[in-house]
Amino acid sequence: MQQSRTDILRAYRQMRMIREFEEKLHIENRSGEIAGFTHLYAGQEAIAVGICEHLTDRDYISSTHRGHGHCIAKGCDPRLMMHEIYGRADGLCKGRGGSMHIADIDKGMLGANGIVGGGPPIAVGAALTCLARGDGSVSVSFGGGGSSNQGTVFEAMNMAVVLKLPKIFVFELNGYSEHTGETYMIGSDIVQRTEGFGLPVFQADGFDYFSVHQAMADALEHVRAGKGPCALVAEATRYFGHFEGDPQNYRAKDEVKGLRETRDALLHFRARVTEAGPLDAAELDAIDSEVAAFIEDCVTSAKAGPTPGPEVMLADVYADYQDKP
Amino acid sequence: MTVKSVRDALNEALFQEMRRDPSVIVMGEDVSGGAGGSSGSRDAAGGIFGVTKGLITEFGEHRVIDTPISESAIIGLANGAALTGMRPVAELMFADFVGVAMDQIYNQLAKFRYMFGGKAKAPVVVRMSMGAGMNAGAQHSQTIYSMLSAVPGLKVVVPSNPADAKGMLAAAIRDDDPVIFLEHKALYSTKGEVPDGEYIAPLHGANLVQSGKDATVVTLGRMVPFSQKASAKLAEEGITFDLIDLRSTSPIDEELILESLSLTGRLVVVDESNPMCSIASEIAAIAAEKGFSSLRGPVIRVTAPHTPVPFARELERMYVPGPDRIAAAIRKAVKGE
Repeated sequence: MQQSRTDILRAYRQMRMIREFEEKLHIENRSGEIAGFTHLYAGQEAIAVGICEHLTDRDYISSTHRGHGHCIAKGCDPRLMMHEIYGRADGLCKGRGGSMHIADIDKGMLGANGIVGGGPPIAVGAALTCLARGDGSVSVSFGGGGSSNQGTVFEAMNMAVVLKLPKIFVFELNGYSEHTGETYMIGSDIVQRTEGFGLPVFQADGFDYFSVHQAMADALEHVRAGKGPCALVAEATRYFGHFEGDPQNYRAKDEVKGLRETRDALLHFRARVTEAGPLDAAELDAIDSEVAAFIEDCVTSAKAGPTPGPEVMLADVYADYQDKP
Repeated sequence: MTVKSVRDALNEALFQEMRRDPSVIVMGEDVSGGAGGSSGSRDAAGGIFGVTKGLITEFGEHRVIDTPISESAIIGLANGAALTGMRPVAELMFADFVGVAMDQIYNQLAKFRYMFGGKAKAPVVVRMSMGAGMNAGAQHSQTIYSMLSAVPGLKVVVPSNPADAKGMLAAAIRDDDPVIFLEHKALYSTKGEVPDGEYIAPLHGANLVQSGKDATVVTLGRMVPFSQKASAKLAEEGITFDLIDLRSTSPIDEELILESLSLTGRLVVVDESNPMCSIASEIAAIAAEKGFSSLRGPVIRVTAPHTPVPFARELERMYVPGPDRIAAAIRKAVKGE
């Protein structure tokens, strides 16, 4: 699929934004200023961006506990996300959500999710809205290999097939299901399993933005033709642990180092667009610097953001009343 | 006003709201029924208790959606549709099946608005049939409102009569929060006067069904008509009481309960659910905390025992608080016997 120079630059910027966001959080997390559990997406950028570059605010996604990449790719404001992760009253969710519960309905981002397998049934419901609108919009659920073992995902896949919904199930196989290898956790071939539910599967190299982008184009053509749901399966890796602080005893010593050298979606992208493509390295370097400065500034402003008080705690449980302090 | 059953009143509310608002959709197992069957009928079931009968004929299969037996995916379907602008009415055939769908209800639906900074709106109605009375056994007879009322973000309502069935279902559909709408299966055929035409009854607020002087009896669902039967017995003995139909178990109308208690000084709570951490316990706690100075004797809870719902006719009759047990409890509260 042909992409314009603007498209390519935007895609690179989005991938760099995710990488920088996560690398920075990895460093900042050590200071102890960030509360709770943080799951980083670095290493999988090509998947979120390769898919979401096809989508508009009218399309929907559901995400996972490892959701920062999906949020950024779908258009959530990284600054407001950073404030949210720091638990600030002016964060995207007023400090009530945190890393695992970032959402922005106006952007079609239906939430990161603390429950593995929680998102796909919701995304199936959003696909019902897309079908009712009949405007060609689609709904996408992101999930890892671990989620592919949840009954809720099986139910969601069958429901989408039965109702012929414009729904794409994305499975990102990063090699691990929390602290255990996917090869152990997934008892059958995930592509065959998904096909068994009646979903055609489009496969992509999760380290290669262009491969993912093409697979998503094919997936969209399928659902927009009214042929019902399908799946997109892509292999990748995560550069960090299941959560920040995970000692990663399940990984061989130099596994990540080797992957960073040989399988890096950003390096791959750079090589592709500069060697044979329309861009030169200086343009990409400029994006790198600009994004790094922006993320640095996001962290600075997040650290200085207002802490939420009791009025934030008690609001928005219900639309029309709230508990007294 | 026309005399109608609870079933017909609910059906009327669904027609009323679906005609009024094209974003209202209905989904669940066999809500129309018949798809893929040999008869060719697409209104073959209309829901297991007939509440959704006829909807498919007027509104078609895009708004009346027969789903696989997949409770998690049914609630997920409603959740995602609601977040994106629809007003889904999801049916779980029996309230007991909520266990299969619990994550989508208490971790997802109940928390969207709060967790997502107040920007998300999830106007989902989850209709479920509940309660004992049909010898349906331990997995088809529970009440579950106590459990779900403990979840912040859910509104939980239990209509006890046909007028409320119609008006509260319509109000639940128009409400911007998730509403768990519990229909007692032993009341579906109960008849009563129902306002004709468009009718809305408030979701919040308990109802003073009858007034008396000796006690405050707080109850809900099928226990309302049972308490009325108890009232007839006790009237012969000169005992009268305020009978409060809670209608909603989340939120609870504390004001009406405390106001009545301040006049009668005695409180009996009649609740079909199991006693531990129940609505009955909650009301007793409210009285102890905020109505202590009004109490002239101990609060008495009349509930099912702490057992699963048993099957045999004799056992189920013992399990469900009946008019005799309710009358005895009120007599004890008033006379100390």
